[in-house]
Amino acid sequence: MTDEVILRIEDVDVSYGDFRAIHDVTMDIRRGSITSLIGANGAGKSTLLDAVMGINKPQKGKIIFNGEDITGMRTSMIVRKGITMAPEGSMIFEGMSVKENLLMGAYIPEKRKKKEELIERVFTLFPVLKEKEKQLASFLSGGQRQMLAIARAIMSDPKMIICDEISLGLAPVIIGDIFERVHEINGSGVTFLIVDQEVHRSLENSNYSYVMVKGGVVMSGASAELPEDEVKDAFFGINKYA
Amino acid sequence: MQLLIQSIVTGILLGGLYAIIGVGMSIIFGIMGLTNIAHGNLMILSSFLIMVFSTQFVDSIIIALLITMVCMVILGFLFQKFLVNAVIDKGDEPALLVTFGLSIIIQNVLDLIFGADARSIASDFAQVNVVSTKYFSISGAYLANFIVAILVIAALTLIIRGTYLGRAIRSASDNTKAAELMGVNTKLYYAITMAIAMLTACIAGLLVGNTFVFYPYSGTQYLIIAFGVVVIGGMGSIVGTMLGGLILGLGQLLGAYFFGTGAQILSGYIIMLVLLTIRPAGLLSNAKRK
Repeated sequence: MTDEVILRIEDVDVSYGDFRAIHDVTMDIRRGSITSLIGANGAGKSTLLDAVMGINKPQKGKIIFNGEDITGMRTSMIVRKGITMAPEGSMIFEGMSVKENLLMGAYIPEKRKKKEELIERVFTLFPVLKEKEKQLASFLSGGQRQMLAIARAIMSDPKMIICDEISLGLAPVIIGDIFERVHEINGSGVTFLIVDQEVHRSLENSNYSYVMVKGGVVMSGASAELPEDEVKDAFFGINKYA
Repeated sequence: MQLLIQSIVTGILLGGLYAIIGVGMSIIFGIMGLTNIAHGNLMILSSFLIMVFSTQFVDSIIIALLITMVCMVILGFLFQKFLVNAVIDKGDEPALLVTFGLSIIIQNVLDLIFGADARSIASDFAQVNVVSTKYFSISGAYLANFIVAILVIAALTLIIRGTYLGRAIRSASDNTKAAELMGVNTKLYYAITMAIAMLTACIAGLLVGNTFVFYPYSGTQYLIIAFGVVVIGGMGSIVGTMLGGLILGLGQLLGAYFFGTGAQILSGYIIMLVLLTIRPAGLLSNAKRK
């Protein structure tokens, strides 16, 4: 991990019609870090992540990835810059086999040449996917779906992976397993930006954290130094965050 | 007995033609959830183009078909990119209306240029019985229809199942957001899908023109056949399209055999109704559910 910034979100606003979902959001994600984004439902986390990926367009502000302004770019172009997302609810391709899902991860022409090598890497990280290689993805369990979504993201050989709601609906033992893999992938230099529902786990598994309340950032810093009680107040919208 | 066997054989062969009429509509529905009302008219437009090219400019029908394919692919791509893609995010109805508008424009332009006379692109080969036995005979046109239908459907299946292009198209229909996240420009692939559907419409246009006569307003009649095929086989399933074509073709011919030729069209749709009651989504449906 370095102090160099890989993803810079600068003063971003996103509105849906009259509703301002996020406002004046500024974040610096450091290269090689695991950064947590903490906030209750409706705090604007997914809106922010979708804005980074070009799924919705900010009305104000700039998003700079790896030194390049990607604000307002098409999603399919942003992915080519080396940033990808394992979206909320995994969104695997139900009508395709596990192997085909992985191949879709390496869809970008420059990455197709490396697909064998990437698939080997993914199968080492998630052996269960190798066992289910030929099965239709719709038959996978919740945990396996989340693994496939992360594995599919790795298939594009990215510099940075965004995981939205990484643990939603999963058993604790599976969540532990998935975070172990995240740390392993992070060890090879991939930056992570992660949304998780559980404050303690978010702080414990990340280097840096940003806390969002009602569409704005209220707290940020090194995860180990943030006061957990105050982060929880912000998460639940109580005491001074009411 | 002879007549029954002949009906079954003709029904199956006609089913092949019906399948290729429906397959373009089926992939468009399966992949972008769009009901292309103009499909029949686009097919008849191809028939007219092939007729013009083969009688005015080139000697060979095959070369005329290739030129028409180029024209129709460009037309389909532009139509999707500039008209349908502009409204496809706004729900089902606006896109449906755009295709409805296109179908009216095509009919009237064809009527304006060619008049309401019957036309055909029949080759000499079409009317000859290539198979003739004691029980049944098969004309060149019907045999060609069936063989070409099988080849086109097999080729489409291979492309959709086994190539990056096919996987990208399927991913866009499976989950648009996730497909974009993989780097697939989904709108571009919608246009490519429309272009592929146009290729099948051109081939269907040639086969229909080679088998029957056609008028500027024939499109609607074939749209209804395409609908029948797609609804029976299951929206979006290519193999289902073949099955749907065979069932509709056989249903019509057997209906004509048992209840008289007046019942031919009716019996096809009665079978469709019965199948819809049993399996509302069609026999092999994998269409986009909204």
